[in-house]
Amino acid sequence: MQSQNGMLKFKKVLPGYLFLLPAMLFFLAFVLYPIFDAVILSMYKYNGVTKTFTGISNYVTLIKDDVFRRSLSNTVLMVLINVPVTLVVSLIISLIVFNKNEFIRSFTRAAFYLPAVSSIVTISIVWKWIYNPMFGILNYIVGIFGIEPVNWLGDKNFALLSLSAVLFTLSVGQPIILYIAALGNIPSTYIEAADIDGASAWVRITRIIWPLIKPTSLYIIVITTINSFQTFAIVQLLTSGGPSYRTSTIVFQLYQSAFWNDEYGLASAMGMILSLIVVIISVVQYKFLSNDVEY
Amino acid sequence: MKGNSVNIAFRNNIPARNNISANSKKIFIDSVLVGVVLLFALMFLFPFYWMVTGAFKIQMVAISIPPEWFPKAPTLDNIKLLAKVPSGRWFLNSLFISGATTLLVCITSAMAGYSLSKKEFPGRNIIFWMFVAVMTLPKQVILVPLFVMMRKMQLFDSFTGLILPAVGWPFGIFLMKQFTQTLPSELLQAAKIDGCNELQTFFKIVLPLVKPGIGALAIFTFMSSWNDYFWQLIMIKSTPMKTIPLGIAGMQEEYSTNYGLIMAGSTLASIPMIAVFLSFQKYFTRGITMGAVKG
Repeated sequence: MQSQNGMLKFKKVLPGYLFLLPAMLFFLAFVLYPIFDAVILSMYKYNGVTKTFTGISNYVTLIKDDVFRRSLSNTVLMVLINVPVTLVVSLIISLIVFNKNEFIRSFTRAAFYLPAVSSIVTISIVWKWIYNPMFGILNYIVGIFGIEPVNWLGDKNFALLSLSAVLFTLSVGQPIILYIAALGNIPSTYIEAADIDGASAWVRITRIIWPLIKPTSLYIIVITTINSFQTFAIVQLLTSGGPSYRTSTIVFQLYQSAFWNDEYGLASAMGMILSLIVVIISVVQYKFLSNDVEY
Repeated sequence: MKGNSVNIAFRNNIPARNNISANSKKIFIDSVLVGVVLLFALMFLFPFYWMVTGAFKIQMVAISIPPEWFPKAPTLDNIKLLAKVPSGRWFLNSLFISGATTLLVCITSAMAGYSLSKKEFPGRNIIFWMFVAVMTLPKQVILVPLFVMMRKMQLFDSFTGLILPAVGWPFGIFLMKQFTQTLPSELLQAAKIDGCNELQTFFKIVLPLVKPGIGALAIFTFMSSWNDYFWQLIMIKSTPMKTIPLGIAGMQEEYSTNYGLIMAGSTLASIPMIAVFLSFQKYFTRGITMGAVKG
C-alpha cells in the first residue's frame, strides 16, 4: 500500500521533471558545471597543458598587478559614467514622449534601440571611422565650431570618454522601452488629480510619477550596471585597451590573459573578482533601492 | 490632453480664456521638447546613415575631408569585393548558428517554462531561483572553463561548440516561465478531464497559447546569438567558419582605412537584425518588458 502510494506520487510529479529535463541538461553541462570549474580553475596555474595548484596566488598576483588595477578602475569609471547618464537621459526622453501619439513613441523606441540590435561589431566599426582623427567626420564637425582636431581614441584624456559615449548609445534603448511602458501604465487619473491640485511639472514628476516607476528604475540601474561591467567588444575593436591601458577593462584583460597568454587560471580569477563585484553591487542596489519602494 | 484641461478648468470654475492660453503654452513647450527628442533620435540614427552611404563610396571619397554627405558617384565596387572575402559564406554561417540556437532554446525553454509554472514537484522553487541567480553573473566568467571544455571535446572551431553553450543560458526559461504563468490553470485541468495526456496538453493547449511569448523569445535569442561576439571570437579561428560579425571585424584589421568596403560589410552584418527589429518591434517591446523582473 505504502509503495503503491509512493508510485502514485512519483507518477504525478514525473511529468514536471521530464519537461524540465532537456533545459536542465544543457544548463548543468554548459552553465553550472563551468561556474564551479571557474572557481577551481582560479586556484590553479594552467596554460592548457600543465596544471599546478597554486591556491590564492592568482588573486594575489592580480591585486598587485598595476594593469589589472588600472583595468578595474577604468571599468568602475565607465559604470559610474554610464549608469547615471543612461538612467537620467532615458527617463527624460520617456517623460517627454510617453503620452504622445503612437508614431512618436514608436519612432523614439526604434531609433534609440537600433544600436543595441545591430551587431556590436558594426557599431564599433562605424564609430571608429567617425572618431578617426584624420578621416573622421567628428573632427570635421567640431572643426566647424572652431575646435582643434582631437585624437578621440588615442588621447589619454579623451579615450575613456569616447568609449563611454559609444557604450551609452548601446545602453539607452532598453531603458527607454521599459520607461515608456511603465509610464503608460500609470493611471491617468493620478496625473489628472495632480493637475487639479495645480502641481507643477517638477512636483508631479518627483512626488507622483517617480515613486510609481521606482521598480522599473531599480531594474534599469541593476541591468545597466551589470552590462557596463562587462564592457569588452568596444574596447577590443576601438582601442585595444590603449593608450597606455587608459581604456582597458576587466573583461578585456580576462580576454588577453586567457586567449593571448594562455593563462586560464589567472583569467578565471579575474572572472571571479568581476562576478563578486557585480553580485555585491546588484544586491546592494536592490536592498538600498527596494527598501524605499514600499510605502 | 486639451479636452482634459478644459474639463478641469470647468470643474474649478477658472475662466476658460486664461486656461486656453495656459494650454497653448503647454502645447508649445511640449512640441519643443518632442522636437528636441526627435533631433537627438536622428543623431542616434546618423551612424547608420553614415554606414549605409559609406558602403557606396570609393576609398578616396570615404576619407575625404570635407566629407561627402551623400555619395555623388555611388559605386558598387565595395559590394563586389565583399562577395570575395567570402562574406556570403559568413552570412550563411551566422544565419545557421543563430537559427539552430533559436530553435533549441525555444523548445527547451517552452518545456521548462511550462514545467516550472504549471507543474508541482519537490525542488521546483529552488531550481527556479538558481536559474535567476545565475543570470546575474557576468557570462564571461564561464567562458574560460567552457573554452577549455570545448577544446577537450574537440569542438573548437566548430558550429556545435558555438551553439551548445548558448542553449544552456537560462534567460529563455525565465521568460517562458513568466509567460506561461499567466495561463489559467483551469484550462489545463479541463484538458486533462477531456482525456488529453501530458504531451497532448502541452502541444495542443499550452504551446498555441504561449506562441506570443515564444515569438519574443525567438527574436531575442536570434539577436543575442547573432551578436555574441566574445564567444565567436575565441571559438572560431578558420576563415570559412567565421560568422559575419567576426569576419567583418577581421576585415577591419586587414583593410584598415578602406572604409567603403568595411562599411559595406558592416551594413551586411547589421541588415538582418535591423530588418527583424523593424518588422517585429512589438515583440521586442513585449520581450523587454516581460523579461523585467517585477520589483
